[in-house]
Amino acid sequence: MAKTSKGTIIAQRLLSSLPTVIGVVIVTFLLTRALPGDPAAFFAGPAATPEAIAEIRQTLGLDRSLPEQFFIYLGELARGDLGNSLTTGQTVVYDLTTRLPASLELTLAGLAFAIALALPLGILAALRAGSWIDHGVRILATAGVSLPTFFTGLFLLYVLYFRLGIAPPPTGRLDILYSAPNQVTGFYLIDSLLEGDLELFWASLTQLVLPAITLGLFALAPLARVTRAAMLGVLSSDFIRTARASGLPPLQVLFGYAFRNALLPVVTTFGVVFSFLLGANILVEKVFAWPGIGSYAVGAVVASDYAPVQGFVLAMALLYVVLNLLIDMLYVVIDPRAGVET
Amino acid sequence: MNETLRHARYVMGENLVTFGAFIFFFAMVLFAIFGEAIAPYNPLASNSALALQPPSFAHWFGTDELGRDVLSRVIVATRLDLGIAVVAVALSFVLGSILGTCAAYFGGWCDRIISRLIDTLMAFPLFVLAMGLVAALGNTIENIIYATAIINLPLYTRVVRSEVLVQRQAGYVEAAHLVGNGHLRIMGNHIFPNVLPVTMVHISLNMGWAILNAAGLSFIGLGVRPPTAEWGIMVAEGATYIVSGEWWLALFPGTVLMLAVFCFNLLGDGLRDLIDPRMRT
Amino acid sequence: MNAPTVSAPTRTEILSVEDLAVEFRTRSGIVRALERVSFRIRQGETLGIVGESGSGKSVTAFTVMGLLDRAGKVTTGQALFTTEAGKQVDLLTTPEKELRLLRGKELSMIFQNPRTALNPIRRVGKQIEDVLRCHSGLKGQALQERAIASLAQVRIPDPATRYAAYPYELSGGMCQRVMIALALACSPKLLIADEPTTGLDVTTQATVMNLIKDLAVQQNMAAVLITHDLALASEYCDRIIVMHAGHVVESASTHTLFTAPRHPYTARLIASTPEPHKTFADLLPIPGNLPDLRSATLPPCRFSGRCDRHTPECDQPPLPNTTVAPGHQVACWHPLE
Ligand SMILES: Nc1ncnc2c1ncn2[C@@H]1O[C@H](COP(=O)(O)OP(=O)(O)OP(=O)(O)O)[C@@H](O)[C@H]1O
Ligand SMILES: [Mg+2]
Repeated sequence: MAKTSKGTIIAQRLLSSLPTVIGVVIVTFLLTRALPGDPAAFFAGPAATPEAIAEIRQTLGLDRSLPEQFFIYLGELARGDLGNSLTTGQTVVYDLTTRLPASLELTLAGLAFAIALALPLGILAALRAGSWIDHGVRILATAGVSLPTFFTGLFLLYVLYFRLGIAPPPTGRLDILYSAPNQVTGFYLIDSLLEGDLELFWASLTQLVLPAITLGLFALAPLARVTRAAMLGVLSSDFIRTARASGLPPLQVLFGYAFRNALLPVVTTFGVVFSFLLGANILVEKVFAWPGIGSYAVGAVVASDYAPVQGFVLAMALLYVVLNLLIDMLYVVIDPRAGVET
Repeated sequence: MNETLRHARYVMGENLVTFGAFIFFFAMVLFAIFGEAIAPYNPLASNSALALQPPSFAHWFGTDELGRDVLSRVIVATRLDLGIAVVAVALSFVLGSILGTCAAYFGGWCDRIISRLIDTLMAFPLFVLAMGLVAALGNTIENIIYATAIINLPLYTRVVRSEVLVQRQAGYVEAAHLVGNGHLRIMGNHIFPNVLPVTMVHISLNMGWAILNAAGLSFIGLGVRPPTAEWGIMVAEGATYIVSGEWWLALFPGTVLMLAVFCFNLLGDGLRDLIDPRMRT
Repeated sequence: MNAPTVSAPTRTEILSVEDLAVEFRTRSGIVRALERVSFRIRQGETLGIVGESGSGKSVTAFTVMGLLDRAGKVTTGQALFTTEAGKQVDLLTTPEKELRLLRGKELSMIFQNPRTALNPIRRVGKQIEDVLRCHSGLKGQALQERAIASLAQVRIPDPATRYAAYPYELSGGMCQRVMIALALACSPKLLIADEPTTGLDVTTQATVMNLIKDLAVQQNMAAVLITHDLALASEYCDRIIVMHAGHVVESASTHTLFTAPRHPYTARLIASTPEPHKTFADLLPIPGNLPDLRSATLPPCRFSGRCDRHTPECDQPPLPNTTVAPGHQVACWHPLE
C-alpha cells in the first residue's frame, strides 16, 4: 500500500494549483484586452483627454501584439503593479491591501455564523430524518439560499436599526465615535482585544453582527444540506453499529464517531461556500457601507474606474485559490486516508 | 407511465410546499407575458403629487419617489427578470451540454482542454467573475445575460460530462455505433435524451440562482439602468429611503424577488424527488 | 407448547430467549420478521444459528443486543441474560441506559465486513481504548497497555505498532482480528458473531474461526455463531438451531442434527451443502423461495409452500414444537423419521 507523506501531498496540491493560477491570470488579462472598443479609454476613465488616452495606450503597450501585451502584463503583476485608481488616487495594490482585512473579517465572521447554525441544524435533521424538524430545516435551507443578500441586509437594517433601534447604524466597521485600533492583524475584533480595549471590541462586534448574519444566512443552506446528508450516510454505516454494540455513550457515538466522519464531505463543500460568500460579500459591503474590497470595487464600477475592478477580480480569484488550497490541506489533515492510492 | 404519474401525484401530495411553488410559478409566467395588461397603472408614469405614498387601497404597494405605482413596476419587472434568467440559463445549458458531451464522448485532448477551461472559470468566485465580465464587456442587459450564462457554464458542462461518461459505458452506444451511426447522431439521438432528466433538475435550481445573480448585478449598478423596472434596481433605489422610513419601496420588489427564487428552488427540489428520489440530500 | 424442562444445568445458562417475535413497520406493510423464536445457551457453549439469507438470523442477534433499528418492534417474548453479578435481566425490557452498560462489556457482537465495521479515521488501538475506557474506567498508560494486550491476545503480530494503524492499512483478516479484540476487550460472557468470516478468504476464515473458538474456550465464554455455511457450523458449534422465514424449525446438538435431521427443511439444507465426498448430483436445491413476510395470510408453518410432506393438517394452527428426543425440538407436523 503506497502511502505518500502528508508533506508530499501538500506539495503536490500546491503544485497542482499552479495551472489554475495561470488560467486566472490569463482570464483577467483577456477581460481587459478583449474589451469591445478601446481599453485605453476604459482605463483612462470617462473624463480623460485624447492625449491621456494615447499615453495610457502607450504605457499599457496596447499598440503591440496580444502575446507581447500578456508578457508586459505578467511583468507588471510580478512587480505588484495593478495600476492606479482614478477615484482614490492610490495604487490599486495599496487600496486592496488596506481594505482586505475588513472583507476577510466580515467573510470569516459570516462563515462562523453559518457553521455555528448549519452544523447543528444538519445534525438534528439527520437524527430526526423525516420528522417535522427535518422538513423545517429543508425549507429553511432552501429559503436561505433564495435570499437576495442585499435585500436581507436591508430588511434586517430596517427592522433592527430603524424600527427597534437594537442594531447600530450601517456606518462601516466602527461608529464614528471610535477610532480604529492599531493595525496588527487588521481584524478589529482581534486588534482591539490585543490593545485590551473591551469597549472598542464591543463597538466593532456590534457593527459586525448584522452584516455577518446577512452573509451567513446565505451560506447556511449548502452547509446544512451537506451536513444532513453526510450524517445520514454515516449514521447508517457499519462502524456506528459497532460503536453502539460496544456500548459507547450516545454522545461519543454521535460526535466522536459519526460527526467526525461526516465532517469530511462538509469540508469539501467549503469551496462552494466560499464562492458564495465572496460573491455575496460585495453586496453586503455595499448595503452596510463596509469599507472592504467589495464596496471598493462597486464604487469603481459605478465610476467606470476600470483598473480597481480588474485588480479586484484578480485578487478575489487568487484569494479563492488560496482558500481552496487551505480547504484541501484541512482535508489532508483530517482524513488519514488522503493520498493513499486505492 | 402510469407509475410515473402516481409517483408525481405522490410527490405533489406529499409536499404541499412544492404545489404552492407550482402555483406561484404559473402566476409569474402570467405576469411575464401579460404584465402591462395586468398592472393597474403605467409603471413609468410619474406623478409628483403622489410621491412616496405608503401602501393604500389605490396603491397596494405604495408609490415611489416619483409617484410611480410600485405594484405596477413589480409586475412589469417580472418579464425582464425572468427573461434574463431564462435566456442566460438556456444559453449556458446549450453551450454546456455541447462542451460536456464533446469532452466525455471524445475524451483525450478535447476533454483535457474543456476541463481546464471549466476549472479556470471555477477558480473565480462566480459572482465576482460575473461582475468583472459585465464591467469589462460593457454595462448592458445583454452583457448581464452573457455573464450569467458564462458563470453557469461549469455546472452544466460538468453534469453533462459525468452523465455522458456513464451513458457511454452502457452497451447501447456501442451497439448504435456498430449499426453504423455517426458520432453526431449517436450523441443527439441516443446519449443526450438519456442525460436530459438529470439536467432538468439543475435547470430549475439554476433559474433561481440566475435571477438572484442578475438582480445582484443591477443592485450594484451594473446592467439594468433606471428608469427600467427591475427587482434588483428597485431594491437599490428603495434602499436610500429605508432609513427614512419608506420601507415599501424596497420591501415589495425584494420580497417578490425572494419568492421567485424560492419558488424555483422548491420546484427544483420537487423535480429532483420526482426524477430521482435517491438524489435527494 | 413444551414447558422448559429444568434439567439440572452443569454450567450456568447465560442467555435464554423465549417466544420472541419481532415486526418491522415499513411503507409496504408490516414485516413479521421473527415469530416464536426460542433458544438457550450455556456458559462455554457455542450455538450455531443457520438458515438461508433473510431467515431472520441477524434480526435475532440485533434484537438481543438491543440494536434493532427504529422500524423494528419486539411484540412478544423475553431474553433473559445472566449478568456477571449473577442477576437475571430481560434484555428486551431493560432500559437503553442500563443495556448500554452491558453491551461491549458482558455481551459483545462482531459483524461481517470487518473493513467497514471499524471507524475509518480512527486508529484501531484508540477504538479499542474507547471501549475499554467506557467499561473499565482505566486511564492513560494502563489503558494503552490493555489495548495493546487485547491486540496481542488475538495474535496480531507486533501489536504495539498495529495499535497506531488505521483500518485501511490492515488486511481484511487483520481487521476482523481487531474487531474480535474490540469485542473481547472487556471479557464478555456472551459473544455473538454474525457471519464473522464472510468476505474473507478460506485460509483466513479458518484462522479467524479457530481464534474465536480458542478464546471462547479460554474465557469460558458463550458464543453464538451465525452463518449460512453448514460446514462451518458443524465444525465449530456444540448445538445448532435452524431458522427458516423467521421461525426456528429445528434445534439439536450438532451431531444429532447432521446425522438425524428431523425437519424436512434441515434435511434439504444439509442435502444442498457441498461436501468433499458428495458428487454434483447429490446437491439438492431447495424448491421455492422464502414466503413474503409482509403477507397478512402467512401459513402457520412458513415452510409449507416449499415442503413435499405438506398435508391439510399443516395449515391448522398452532404449529407444534415437538421434543423428539432430549434436547432436540422440531417444529413440524410430519417430522422425518
Ligand atoms: N430494517 C428492516 N426493515 C424491514 N425489514 C427488515 C429490516 N431488517 C430486516 N428485515 C427483514 O427481516 C428479515 C430477516 O432479515 P435478516 O437480516 O435477519 O436475515 P439474515 O438471516 O440475517 O440473512 P443474511 O444471511 O442475508 O444476513 C428479512 O426478510 C428482512 O427483509
Ligand atoms: Mg444477516
